[in-house]
Amino acid sequence: MKLPSLSSLLIALGMLPGLALAADPEFTLAIRNHRFDPTELRVPAGKKIKLIIDNQDSTAEEFESHQLNREKVVPGKSKAPVFIGPLAPGRYPFIGEFHSETAKGVIVAE
Amino acid sequence: MLGAAIIIFRETLEAALLIGIVAAATRAIPGRGLWVSGGISAGLAGAAVVAAMAGQLAALFDGVGQELLNASILGVAVVLLGWHNAWMSAHGAELAADARQIAQDVREGRRQLSAVLIVIALAVLREGSESALFLYGLVSGGEVSGVAAAGGGALGLLAGATLGLILYAGMLRIPMRWFFTVTSAFILVLAAGMASQMARFLIQADMLPSLASPLWNISSVLPSDSPVGILMHALVGYEAAPAGMQVVFYVATLLTVLAAMQWARRAPSSLHERAYR
Repeated sequence: MKLPSLSSLLIALGMLPGLALAADPEFTLAIRNHRFDPTELRVPAGKKIKLIIDNQDSTAEEFESHQLNREKVVPGKSKAPVFIGPLAPGRYPFIGEFHSETAKGVIVAE
Repeated sequence: MLGAAIIIFRETLEAALLIGIVAAATRAIPGRGLWVSGGISAGLAGAAVVAAMAGQLAALFDGVGQELLNASILGVAVVLLGWHNAWMSAHGAELAADARQIAQDVREGRRQLSAVLIVIALAVLREGSESALFLYGLVSGGEVSGVAAAGGGALGLLAGATLGLILYAGMLRIPMRWFFTVTSAFILVLAAGMASQMARFLIQADMLPSLASPLWNISSVLPSDSPVGILMHALVGYEAAPAGMQVVFYVATLLTVLAAMQWARRAPSSLHERAYR
């Protein structure tokens, strides 16, 4: 089975990207006892940021921010990067969705 | 327990709505029930494997293994859904006219259903693995008992599945004359929304530029995390603040699938010849 429509869709999806090489500013957000540290993280506006989520708990957490348009599950005892921005100056709240009553914070772009 | 139910509901919703739409769209193809349930089972099994390997998976590709897996899953689903729509454009009229006629061509129906099986399995896998991780964390963290976690999970799953069923039942009530037009439209925007999500994962992994982050923000009008926003996200890929690249993927998918449908509709005979060769 090879419908041309299938192959043309594959081509459309094939414009996959090369890896970006530039070193972006890095910031670390730790998770301990289902809380973020720091709870307020200041980052430069107008730049792409590499956010490292360092989950020191033994359980998984989902970093989620509707304002930043990001969600990522970080397994227990592991680190994972999330790229955000470039951001306009402002406040961008985020939560740990799996423990949203305690895991809250905000990224301040300035 | 209610918290667990809400999270599982949200994880389940997208897959449930997709299953509802796809099950309705393929209703005229014989043996469809078996393939749909097969897809769900395969997805659940896959979800368990992915959840068990989450640690290793996340560490792959400098920590963006999860994004790449999600983006690949979404990419495959977009292609299969687009292909399904093109196929339906060529055959929808026959299916509507006489379901028995297509039953004679079991081979072709099966090919179509295997695509459906894969789409459903991938959707269940993607959302199921996150649910499994969450529930496992709840129990192993000792915050709630296994019973409470299972109860909350079951409640959320039930709520999600109910919405999927309501959508399915609603679609079956659409008069046959409009049926394939409506299901195709649903699948078209579903595929476009998935392409936009795929772009978001690739931006998050720094493998695509965002172009604009965001291109617009209408959170004050319809927030992504409001009930309507969540439903619209699952159905048409709504996001209050999408990146520019997401909009590019959304529109490009819409146009490509529409073009494929047009092409299939105009050349149904050549499609037939190919299929029978």
